[in-house]
Amino acid sequence: MNPVQDLIKNLADEHGRSRANLLPILQGVVEQEKYLSELSMIEIARELNLSAADVYGTATFYSFLEHKKMGTYLIRVCKTITCAMKGKNQILFAIEDMLKIGLGETTSDGKFSLLQTNCLGWCHKAPAMLINDEVYTDLTPESVREILTEYLKK
Amino acid sequence: MVAHSYQLKRADFIFKNENDWERILDKMLKRPTRELINELMSSELKGRGGAGFPTGLKWKLTAEDPSDTKFVICNADEGEPGTFKDREILTKVPYKVLMAMAVCGYVIGSNQGYIYLRGEYKFLVPELNKVIQEFEYYCKQIGHDFSIKIFLGSGAYICGEETALFESMEGKRGEPRNKPPYPSSNGYMGKATVVNNVETLAHTFTIFKYGAKKFYDLGVQYSRGSKLFSVSGDTPKPGIYELELGMSLQDFVNEFGDGDTKAVQVGGASGFLVPRKRFEKTTIGYRGKLTGISLPTGGSMMLFNSSRSMYNVLDNYLEFFREESCGQCTPCRVGCQQLHFGIKAVKRGDKPAQYLDKLLKLTETMQLTAKCGLGQSVANSFSSIVENFREEMIY
Repeated sequence: MNPVQDLIKNLADEHGRSRANLLPILQGVVEQEKYLSELSMIEIARELNLSAADVYGTATFYSFLEHKKMGTYLIRVCKTITCAMKGKNQILFAIEDMLKIGLGETTSDGKFSLLQTNCLGWCHKAPAMLINDEVYTDLTPESVREILTEYLKK
Repeated sequence: MVAHSYQLKRADFIFKNENDWERILDKMLKRPTRELINELMSSELKGRGGAGFPTGLKWKLTAEDPSDTKFVICNADEGEPGTFKDREILTKVPYKVLMAMAVCGYVIGSNQGYIYLRGEYKFLVPELNKVIQEFEYYCKQIGHDFSIKIFLGSGAYICGEETALFESMEGKRGEPRNKPPYPSSNGYMGKATVVNNVETLAHTFTIFKYGAKKFYDLGVQYSRGSKLFSVSGDTPKPGIYELELGMSLQDFVNEFGDGDTKAVQVGGASGFLVPRKRFEKTTIGYRGKLTGISLPTGGSMMLFNSSRSMYNVLDNYLEFFREESCGQCTPCRVGCQQLHFGIKAVKRGDKPAQYLDKLLKLTETMQLTAKCGLGQSVANSFSSIVENFREEMIY
């Protein structure tokens, strides 16, 4: 059996097989696989006895459910007003320069991906970013380089 | 600096550590539900997420519904730009929120609660689950049947709208429903549901512990109680502050401004931008028969000083709305796009300045015809920015 099928079966066992359990299952797949492939979505539809279109429709609605394979560490830089005012672009440039990737891209070793996102809720400590579920605030180009240096060692 | 009358009244209820929540819960569960509803109604607590619906009335309507299954949902999908208070409550005093949910369950007749937590706050889950476990254990000990589950969002601002939140929890796209029917009869899974903001629930703890009068005595007419304000932007002291409602914006700016405040965005991107000349006349609170203008807010207060371009601010908001519009109704889906294209075209000089009036007309249409609060409220920031800073919008 394909490992994704295994994962989906386990997630369905854990959360249940009704439509109301769809989002936690989609989140579980993204956490493991770093994205939702067409195969995953079809497999989830089969497991929950839904149409693949329903699963696709739900999955494509949410910005944290990726449809392109992301790196092990997904960086999301907040681009909403306060972070934008407090130098978000300089943070982006520092990351792009250090990792040699642009927005929406993944490093060739599959370790990092870079995205922007809407308000993360850290406006009083702007600019802010998430690396996977971890929050980093009061960023400067220097501090972001230090943070990434630590991740590069992992 | 010119001396000014200092009229901001600080309050300290929300983050005050209370070690006796078990005792309060026991006490509340022994009081008749009618009495608890009356207590809430007489406190005049209104929803602290921004919409300002009277909390007591919400509980009352849901309690009166004949539905056999009911739900209590804590809305922790804090996504409005400039708001960050709910996370702080869930980090520092989560037991207040859980206790309030259990009391709500007792009042309306529900034994299942959910916390809809935005995906951006996923890091809170382990700690929150621990507190929930202890809380449920205590409920079991005293024979009160109530359990709470966390439901995690996945990065969609619109899911903070209560009916979109239900859709999301039901495994669907987070597209708002038509209202009526209202959640008090047709909520999650079509059952009667109370949805309260995190802060609203934390205030009910205060009311249950200290009585409605203590809360009612804070604030002004129509805007009773205290409120958490998330202060950000061009300010020397960004952060979270609990203040009594009814303050004038001028007093707020005197306290939090950097001496050069040009405008304040009250209520986040979906709220209003107030220019300097209106600070004096604007008060912060729910709309009532007050003199002057009263602006409600979920607590988002963003300050801009004179180094900021209001065009850039509006551009940022419109990009936000374009991306976060769920897309199901045309006025909002197309409206947000066209407003965004429109201001860019005017700024480039591709369209004459009068085109802004056409765009203002479009926001009126959106206000009238959009299905939910997102599309309806784009007009707030758009018109308040374009009307007050027109010269910054044109080429």
